[in-house]
Amino acid sequence: MTDLAAIPVSQRKPDLSEAQLRRRYRAEARFRLYGVAAILFAVGILALLLGSIVSTGFSAFTQTEIALDIELDPATIDPAGARDPDVLASANYRKIVRAGLTELFPDVSGRRTKRDLNRLISSGADLTLRDRVLANPSIIGTTLRIWVKSSADIDSFNKGQIPRDVVEADRRVKDNQITWFDALAADDRVRRSFNTTLFTAGDSREPEQAGIWGAAVGSFLTLIVTLALSFPVGVMAAVYLEAFAPKNRWTDLIEVNINNLAAVPSIVFGLLGLAVFLNFFGLPRSAPVVGGTVLALMTLPTIIIAGRAALNAVPPSIREAALAMGASPLQAITHHVLPLAMPGILTGTIIGMARALGETAPLLMIGMVAFIVDIPRTFTDPATVLPVQVFLWADAPERAFVEKTSAAILVLLAFLIAMNLAAVILRKKFERRW
Amino acid sequence: MYLKTFTLAAAVTLAALTVTMGGAAEARDQIRIVGSSTVFPFSTSVAEQFGKTTKFKTPVVESTGSGGGMKLFCSGVGEEHPDVTNSSRRIKKSEFDKCTANGIGITEVKIGFDGIVLGSSKAGPDLDLTLSQVFLALAARVPVDGKLVDNPHKMWSDIDPTLPKQKIEVLGPPPTSGTRDAFVEIAMEGGCEGVAGAKELGLEKKACHIIREDGAFVEAGENDNLIVQKLESNPNAVGIFGFSFLDQNADKMKGAHINGVPAEFEEIADGNYPVSRSLYFYVKQQHVGVIPGIKEFISEFTSEDAWGEDGYLLDKGLIPLSDADRDATIKAATGLQSLSM
Repeated sequence: MTDLAAIPVSQRKPDLSEAQLRRRYRAEARFRLYGVAAILFAVGILALLLGSIVSTGFSAFTQTEIALDIELDPATIDPAGARDPDVLASANYRKIVRAGLTELFPDVSGRRTKRDLNRLISSGADLTLRDRVLANPSIIGTTLRIWVKSSADIDSFNKGQIPRDVVEADRRVKDNQITWFDALAADDRVRRSFNTTLFTAGDSREPEQAGIWGAAVGSFLTLIVTLALSFPVGVMAAVYLEAFAPKNRWTDLIEVNINNLAAVPSIVFGLLGLAVFLNFFGLPRSAPVVGGTVLALMTLPTIIIAGRAALNAVPPSIREAALAMGASPLQAITHHVLPLAMPGILTGTIIGMARALGETAPLLMIGMVAFIVDIPRTFTDPATVLPVQVFLWADAPERAFVEKTSAAILVLLAFLIAMNLAAVILRKKFERRW
Repeated sequence: MYLKTFTLAAAVTLAALTVTMGGAAEARDQIRIVGSSTVFPFSTSVAEQFGKTTKFKTPVVESTGSGGGMKLFCSGVGEEHPDVTNSSRRIKKSEFDKCTANGIGITEVKIGFDGIVLGSSKAGPDLDLTLSQVFLALAARVPVDGKLVDNPHKMWSDIDPTLPKQKIEVLGPPPTSGTRDAFVEIAMEGGCEGVAGAKELGLEKKACHIIREDGAFVEAGENDNLIVQKLESNPNAVGIFGFSFLDQNADKMKGAHINGVPAEFEEIADGNYPVSRSLYFYVKQQHVGVIPGIKEFISEFTSEDAWGEDGYLLDKGLIPLSDADRDATIKAATGLQSLSM
């Protein structure tokens, strides 16, 4: 056996000894383990995040309701008997609802105790009743069993979020309210049903009446404006830069600027929006048209970069073949290159839109972080967006908004997942590989 | 073909946008409110009730902070500027001057009080502090043996042996917050006055406002809910937040007694609890009658249903003015009395 040190380095043979081989296998196994550990860590964090949101937010999808036998007295609702909608709308339904509640507990007396009793049900219960009557005036004069929403505190209590076993003074729900609630429950007058209000109402200060529909519509209107502005402009810019622009110092400068713009913090676009759209052009505050424009500026670089990459990925032979067959450069681009690049452009656009959907910072400056009850209908109505709604609810002192916040996050996540899924499907379906 | 549809779509969207932007030129028929995040829960409650019970649209309420609200409010007359601003402190002379210079007449409405509490988890020890002790616990520099030194107090018991043997760990809002402003002005400045030898060392007024930065005071963000959650998981820490958050979380949190007074609704209302501040909203007189519903909004805010003994604002944590003060405020507010400084 020759001494290893005696051989010149250039002639050294690979060490094929058992020990070295084992070490190499071990190194490889370790490397794989690190990879698996990294993935497990990421998945674990994601699961933790989702788990905590789902576990707190899940209960918000149900709402405690209390059944009341309500006598729809014609003398209170419609004294004239003409069934005039204006009269029906302005009747004192609060009194009728409260009468229904007092009927169940006739021996409750005293102003304060009565107030405690009335707090079992939501302050919006009279509106529920009013809508029922307006939808079907023929129920006037009958006695109906109507399920009305409980107040947010009772709802939290029913869901176990307010414990029974603490001192009365430290509880939002008082002892007498618990007694009444238990009596109602024993009488089968309590149920938990799906919370439709959460998906149909605008914002409210009363947690049980608050919904995300207003914010969802606001997000929708804002994104339409964003898409309408950033997609055509982005695609045109990408096509021109990729196919027509001469390669010189100016286009290089533009390219560098576009790439830089993609990395600018979003709040800067908000400040720009405040200075230009609100102060200079005098557009209304809190309007989706302004929010959408600001977000369009933010999304534009993303679309241009994705668009250029997609156009670049189309093989030059396609274009050259078109030109060789006598197509004009414009025809070559619009008939052949652009359609082939479209799936890639659309993917980039959807990802840019998803980012715009989750943005709050630039909207702060233009007044879209606001309490807005009415559901927006046009692009200039005051509106807010989903992530802002999450932010506002997270800031509200009422305990019941905690679960609402998580529920709103879940809805926002659902939208984002749907958008990203659409991007994946588009890519899978239309993407061509050469 | 492809290009044609593309240009068409672009033209249609552009046209649509122009139309909607043109629509913005119509007069505003909705009250716009900006200002303090502390007044926000009350202002929004009134706005919602106002929208439900009157024929007017629900006002839009933005939470911009007291200072930010004043800036927007005082920037001019006209429908692009807000009609009402909320504030968790009184308007400053400089802000008033700016408003006047821009031709704005202001009506001031004081709506009630807000207490600032030093809350901690139910599992932690009870705290009974004087304002001076609060100052000694949180100031950046305190007088020791006639000299001004960096705050040496690590435990509450270092300040006074009767206090619990527990690390000083206070979570509070950042300097941008109105709660922080009020806290340093009332608690820190008030506490400073009671500390022997502080004045001689130049510790008075603004000099008392400086809070220590050695880790005993943690800036926990503007969100009071977050502070409450952090206190829950750390029973030894104390948090600075608004009374309404203590009220909503009374099953988990307790407030420290200040100068022997518990942080309770009645004590704050009676003015016995030392760390409380007044809340206001300001109305732009030039907009009354131009933007519909402003007068009615003031009436709703100052109605017995809202801010009275059993009003819905009290459920939201507002601490009301005394009966006499309420009557006087209603007169001044509905008469649109001008503020002068």
